Amino acid sequence: MSDALHTQSAHALRERVAKGETSAVEIARAALDTIHTRDAAVGAFLHVDGEGALAQAAQVDRARAAGEALGPLAGVPIAMKDNLCVRGIPATCASKILEGWIAPYDATVVERLRAAGAVIVGKTNMDEFAMGSSNETSAYKLVHNPWDLSRAPGGSSGGSAASVAAGMAPLSLGSDTGGSVRQPAAFCGLVALKPTYGRVSRYGLIAFASSLDQIGPFARDVRDCAIVSEVISGRDPRDATSVDTVETLAGTYTRELERDVKGLRVGVVRASLAEGCEPGVVLAIERSIDTLRSLGCEIVDVTLPTAEHAVSAYYIVAPAECSSNLARFDGMRFGPRVESASLEETYGKTRALFGKEVRRRIMLGTYVLSAGYYDAFYAQAQKARTLISRDYAAAFERCDVVLTPTAPSVAFGLGAKTKNPLEMYLADIFTLPPSLAGLPAISVPCGLSEGLPVGLQLTAKAFDEATLFRVASAFERATDHHTHRASMFAAGGAA
Amino acid sequence: MSHTQYEAVIGLEVHAQLATKTKMFCGCSTSYGAAPNTQICPVCLGLPGALPVPNRQAIALAVRAGLSLGCTLRKSSRFARKNYYYPDLSKGYQISQFDLPLNEKGSLEITTSAGTKRVNLTRIHVEEDAAKNLHGVGAGTDTLVDFNRAGTPLIEIVGEPELRSAEEAEAYLKALRDILMFAGVNDGNLEEGSFRCDANVSIRPVGQEKFGTRCELKNINSFKFVRKAIDYEIARQEAIVSSGGTIFQETRTWSSTQEKTLSLRSKEEAQDYRYFADPDLPPLVVDDAWLAEIRTTVPEPIAARRERWQRELGLTAYDAQVLSAHPRIAEYFEAATSSLETQRAGKLAKDNLAKAGAGKRVANFMQAEALRVVTTNGLEASFPCSAERLAGLLALVEDETINGKIAKDVFADMIATGKAPADIVSSKGLAQVKDTSAIEGTVREVIAKHPKELASFKAGKTNLKGFFVGRVMGALKGANPALVNEVLDRVLAEP
Ligand SMILES: [Zn+2]
Repeated sequence: MSDALHTQSAHALRERVAKGETSAVEIARAALDTIHTRDAAVGAFLHVDGEGALAQAAQVDRARAAGEALGPLAGVPIAMKDNLCVRGIPATCASKILEGWIAPYDATVVERLRAAGAVIVGKTNMDEFAMGSSNETSAYKLVHNPWDLSRAPGGSSGGSAASVAAGMAPLSLGSDTGGSVRQPAAFCGLVALKPTYGRVSRYGLIAFASSLDQIGPFARDVRDCAIVSEVISGRDPRDATSVDTVETLAGTYTRELERDVKGLRVGVVRASLAEGCEPGVVLAIERSIDTLRSLGCEIVDVTLPTAEHAVSAYYIVAPAECSSNLARFDGMRFGPRVESASLEETYGKTRALFGKEVRRRIMLGTYVLSAGYYDAFYAQAQKARTLISRDYAAAFERCDVVLTPTAPSVAFGLGAKTKNPLEMYLADIFTLPPSLAGLPAISVPCGLSEGLPVGLQLTAKAFDEATLFRVASAFERATDHHTHRASMFAAGGAA
Repeated sequence: MSHTQYEAVIGLEVHAQLATKTKMFCGCSTSYGAAPNTQICPVCLGLPGALPVPNRQAIALAVRAGLSLGCTLRKSSRFARKNYYYPDLSKGYQISQFDLPLNEKGSLEITTSAGTKRVNLTRIHVEEDAAKNLHGVGAGTDTLVDFNRAGTPLIEIVGEPELRSAEEAEAYLKALRDILMFAGVNDGNLEEGSFRCDANVSIRPVGQEKFGTRCELKNINSFKFVRKAIDYEIARQEAIVSSGGTIFQETRTWSSTQEKTLSLRSKEEAQDYRYFADPDLPPLVVDDAWLAEIRTTVPEPIAARRERWQRELGLTAYDAQVLSAHPRIAEYFEAATSSLETQRAGKLAKDNLAKAGAGKRVANFMQAEALRVVTTNGLEASFPCSAERLAGLLALVEDETINGKIAKDVFADMIATGKAPADIVSSKGLAQVKDTSAIEGTVREVIAKHPKELASFKAGKTNLKGFFVGRVMGALKGANPALVNEVLDRVLAEP
């Protein structure tokens, strides 16, 4: 494989910077050049911050020259989903309603990344306000899957996934509400973690559904994913839902990477392989189970009986919360305002800047919270969440991680599911249950089907990301799935 | 034709600002009167990605309010979102409490011309204030919004509909304001809007159990208006019902210029607020340790304090009322009283032992002199001299260094110059003559000079004693009148 800078892992790049073999500025230039040459075809970025990236890189180089200790991501380029606030550059959520809005502050994850020496190269395309599973609801442009440009990269963090898969950055951050990092990771052949709810601060993440949203990273291997996860995790006094047990997780994930998995119990949800799954996906998962067994894992069958209600529950809870979260986009304090004769009309016309899917969910959410319907919908959905959590609690009495496919299919074609929202919603059938239960889940590449990547999802107990990294890393060491790359990845490269 | 007698049914909802330095969910200052939009941040401005974090001090004050009003504390309460659109509402929802408020029940005692009465409370919950719309400023008809007030911590105190007249409503508000001010919860400042009231008013035939249709009166922000607005509303409803009309449920506002209530909106236009638990905020837990800590900060209730002053210090009910007009005045009174008790120990002139206690003496002097020069602003008050100095002055009266009349002059001097009372007395030679032999010398001189008057006195014109007192006092300049009287009585009685 080429040793061009854009093909290197984050930890390899950091090593080069630390040793003085390559400057952070050179690495940033290589990333910017790759974006420049490839993104016209991919559409992963909504905003590239060349100037800011070079300035941050130069700062890393100065710090190194001054003999200062380098952070765990020193000089490593990273792309940020456009729903994360990065001071001084746009944050649009791929929506017309935030067109031109410049974030006046840094999200907590951005602060932490900066402190770790990471270099933010730009903002990535996404489904509008993270509502979608194919990135096709972006108000600006499509994202093309680097493995096959006619296919969707998954969503809603499609741009973040595509940027890493195409070699435009070794790392990116996305956000996951119901599968929005795991499903695109599966579609693009990447590793992505949806942390335990409360593990990563949401401060500066433009909310979709507050009780479900978590920020999660994309990487091309498990080690990179573990490193960036450690950097962004930990308690934040600015997010009341962030967990107050730890300030930092430095080392707690990466030290799991070399461990074996003998005797670890892997719970397989057989039902997830029975219906609605493509045969190629089922095959890849069955082989993965064999691999884990060969590594000494004990394979047990577990069931999640109420998981079948996950889609219904999710499509009540998430729209309900979004209908309230998105109320602030009223054109009064920020963003475009469509000035009209009356206040009511100004609200209406301004909020018509939301795209179709966002409006659909706002209306759905408004309805389910309305007087007389609350108990029938929202209260019921919350009960379903409790039951799903209980299912997991029962499963974790018998196993350490729960294994399912990440998605029932490989990347589908652009436009294939846009006509039927319900079919699109089913793309998240395996990623929704862990989200509703607030549990950590990782997606790792587990083979190819028809030349396209398949993702394996592992779910653990709350705050047990360490075990996910342990299993994912052992699996990765035993296989070569993570070395498969989109054809455009190595080719051409940076000038 | 017999006239139906109606009675009013009134329930008040009071919004009281919690006396914190910073806002409910961010670190911005709550100080009043700053230039518009200078006390704002991403959180209170409702910028995308910002998250609320509860202000611990605000919660503590809300708990203290509950403790001061005998409420039942809910150890795990919840914040809820109240969703509606208005330009002064930055997020499109207000963070309040709904089904699980912090405090429930509780009561307070009111006193009116009809006697005392206990009024029950429904609940006291915590919420944030909205911003302030400034109409018709700037370019002509523009409405501008000042977000300095947005996110100010409030409690809403919901009273049971147990009030039966405007007089009771006014008494309730005054009693509530006193309790909250004395608990240090609220500054009682109606002009600055930190204590606001809405009233639910209905009427029903005397003897009828069922409530009539109520109207909600908004924004009655002075004690004067409360009475006028409620009286007007009662009369308006009586006029409608007596003439065979029907009361429609609606929200009305008091117009102080037209001196009447005006319809704001009907019930049909009432909003569905779509309350639901705020997913950004975990349950609000007040554990036993925190509750115990808050308990230690609850000052002695105002009513108990007034009773104690009457019982232990010999104050009249009127004295107690006047000296508890403001928490700082009450503190000053208590500090001066205890200081006087310390200073007088062992030094009290014998014949004064039977006279007023220290409390009564301080109370009298404060009412006669000191309170005139005290200014209050919210929970702050400024006094012309320290309580210790005031006690020092009164100690000089008690040990008969000066008399009460001179004390007033010395006090005026203390205010003007800031000097200590003892220094003023000594530098101006104001100490009274306490030497009995000197007084006796003068008495004998005066009597010797006025043989005619002495003869008349001996002949029975006893009112001539005043003549002698006047002469002696005039000659001595600053003698103790009691002592002069005593010596004179003795000498005049000589055969
Ligand atoms: Zn603020």
